[in-house]
Amino acid sequence: MEVQLIKIEKRNDVSRSIYFLTPVLAIFLTLFGGGIIFFILGFNPIEALKFFFITPISDLYGLSELLIKATPLCLIAIGLSFCFKSNNWNIGAEGQLIFGGVVGGGVALLFYNHDGFYVLPIIILSGAIGGMLFAMIPAILKTYFNTNEILVSLMLVYVAKLLLDYLVVGPWSNPEGFNFPETRQFSESARMPILFDGLRIHAGIFITLITVFLSWLILYKTYLGFQIKVSGFSLKTAKYAGFKGKTMIIIVFMISGACAGLAGVGEITGPIGQLHRNISPDYGFTAIIVAFLGRLNPVGIIFASLIVALTYLGAETAQIFLQVPKYTGQVFQGMILFFLLGSDYLLFFKIKFLGLKKNEL
Amino acid sequence: MSFDLNFIGILIGAIMASSVPLILAASGELITERSGVLNLGVEGMMIIGAISGFALMVVTDNLFFAVIGSMFSGLIISLIFGLLTQSLLTNHVATGLALTIFGIGMSAMIGKNFVGIPGKEFPLLFLSLKESIPFVGPIFFGHSIILYFAFGLPFLTNYFLKKTKTGLIIRAVGDSPTSASNQGINVTLVRYSCILYGGAMCGLAGAYLSLIYTPQWIENMTGGRGWIALALVVFATWSPIKVLIGALIFGGITILQLHMQAVGLRIPVQLLSALPYIMTIIVLVVISRDSRKIKLNTPTSLGQIFYKEK
Repeated sequence: MEVQLIKIEKRNDVSRSIYFLTPVLAIFLTLFGGGIIFFILGFNPIEALKFFFITPISDLYGLSELLIKATPLCLIAIGLSFCFKSNNWNIGAEGQLIFGGVVGGGVALLFYNHDGFYVLPIIILSGAIGGMLFAMIPAILKTYFNTNEILVSLMLVYVAKLLLDYLVVGPWSNPEGFNFPETRQFSESARMPILFDGLRIHAGIFITLITVFLSWLILYKTYLGFQIKVSGFSLKTAKYAGFKGKTMIIIVFMISGACAGLAGVGEITGPIGQLHRNISPDYGFTAIIVAFLGRLNPVGIIFASLIVALTYLGAETAQIFLQVPKYTGQVFQGMILFFLLGSDYLLFFKIKFLGLKKNEL
Repeated sequence: MSFDLNFIGILIGAIMASSVPLILAASGELITERSGVLNLGVEGMMIIGAISGFALMVVTDNLFFAVIGSMFSGLIISLIFGLLTQSLLTNHVATGLALTIFGIGMSAMIGKNFVGIPGKEFPLLFLSLKESIPFVGPIFFGHSIILYFAFGLPFLTNYFLKKTKTGLIIRAVGDSPTSASNQGINVTLVRYSCILYGGAMCGLAGAYLSLIYTPQWIENMTGGRGWIALALVVFATWSPIKVLIGALIFGGITILQLHMQAVGLRIPVQLLSALPYIMTIIVLVVISRDSRKIKLNTPTSLGQIFYKEK
C-alpha cells in the first residue's frame, strides 16, 4: 500500500515574511555549500570561509573596497528591477554598461586637459544617455518587431565589448602608450572626487544612493510604478486597464540602460580612470543576481549588492591566501542564485508533512 | 602567401574544425529548446565538459573515458538546471544564467591543478588520404572522429525531430505543453530528457576544445562559444540543418580573422567578430516581425514554466 507522507499544495497567498526570509536562507545554504566545496578541495572549510567573507572587510580599506564594488552592482540592479518587475528580460546590462562607458569615456577624452566643474557632469550625463540609447535597441525591436529581448540584449553585449576593444586598440589608444590596448589617463577634472584620503571610495556612491531613492519614488509613488507592477502581475490585466504597453516597455528599458550606463561611467571615471578592455568584471551579469536576491526591492537591492560585492572581494583574498582561482567568486554567485530560485518554491507551494495515521500502519 | 588550391582546402578544413563545438552545443540546445526549455547555461555546461574531459584524460590516460566522462559531467550539471526549472519551477532565464556563472567558477576551481599540463595527441582518421589528395584531402580527411560525428549530427537531429514519434512528442511538448499533457504525455519527463541530452552535447563540445582543438586546460577557455551556440539556434530558426550552415559561417569568421590579422587587411577584426551577433539580431527581427513566421519556427512555449496541478 502506498502511503503519501508529504503533500504539496499551491499557496493562495504569498507570505510577505517568507518572501524576504528566503534570500537569507539562500545565503546560509550558499555558505554551507561553499564550505562543502572547500572541504572537498582539501581546505579547512571554516578557515576558507573566513578568508572569503570576513578577512576582506576586516579593515577600513576593505570596507571602502566593498562599497566600490557594491556601487555599480546596486545601480545596475536597481535599473534591472524596473525591467524584471514588468516582465521585460533585459539581460544585456553588461553591454549597456560598456556602451555607457564608451560614450562617457569618449567625452572624457574630448575634454582631455580641460579644467572646469562642468566636465565631470557632462561625462556622467553622456554615459547615462549612452547606456539608455543602447538599451533602447532591444526595447524598440521588442515593441515594434516582436523580437525576443533576451537574445537581442545578450547579442548586443558582445557587440559593445568588441566596439570597446576596437576603440582602445585603434583610434582611441594612448598615443604615448606603446601600443597598449588602453586610452590616456583621464584628466583630474574628469575623475570622480575621492571621499577620504588613502581610500578609493569615490563620489559615485552618491549617484547610486540618489538613484535608489528616485527608483523607490517612481516604483511606489507614481502612476508609472503602478503600471509596471500591474504589467508584471498580469499582462492581460494591464491591457484591460488600458495601459500603453509599448511606451512602458521602452521606458523601463531606458531607465535600466541609463543605470547601467551610469555604472559604466562611474567605473571609468572612478577607480579605473581610463578606458581599457576590461572595464567591468561582468558587473552587468552579476547585477542580475543582485536584483533577484534583493527581491527587486530598492532597499533589498542595497543589502544584496553588499553581499554579492563581498563575493568579488572574497575571491580576491582567497586567491592570495588559498591560491584558489579568482573565478571562485562566481561559484558562490551561482550558488546564491540557485538556492534563492530553488527556495522560492516555498513561496508558491506549501509542503505538508502528513505523518502516518495509526489505521494506515 | 600563395593561393593554391591545397591551401584553400586546408583553410576549409580549419573552418570545419572550429565550427565543431558550435555544432555540437547548438544541436543539443536545439533539442532542449524544441521541448520548450530555454537553457542559457550552455557556456557553463561547455566549460564543465572541457575541464572534466581534460582532467579525466590526465588522470586515466584514456581518451575514451575522457570523452564519455565529459558528456556525463555535462549531463550532471544540466541536471541541476532540470531539477530547478522542472521540479522547483524556477525561471529558465535566471537559472540558466546561474548555471553559466556557476560552471565557469567551478571549472576554474577544479582546473587549478591542471593548468600547464600538456594535452595528449588525439587520433586523427585517414591521415594518409589527407596528405595524398590535394584540396579534397584536407577538407574531408585527417579529422577526429568527433568532427565526423558533429557533421552528421544535424542531419540525425533533423530526421529525429521530423520523422520519429519521439521527435514529434518533443515538438508537441514545446509547442503546447498543456495539450500534450492532456494527451497523456509526461511533459516534465520529456523536458528533463531534453535538458540532459543538451547538457551531454554541451559537455562533448567542451571536451572537443580541451582535448582536440587546443589540447590543454585554460581558465575560461570556451571564451563565449556557448553564447554563440545559443545565438546560432535562433539564427537557424530552430532548424538543425541551418545550425550546420550557421556554425560554418561563425567558424569561418573565426578562421578568417586569424588570417586577416596575418595578412594585415584594413577591416577591423572586431567588426568581423561582431558580424555574427549583428546578423543574428537581424535574422531575429526578420523572423519575428511576421507573427505567422515566428509561430512556424519558434517553439511556442519556449522559456515558459509548465505546472500541472496534481
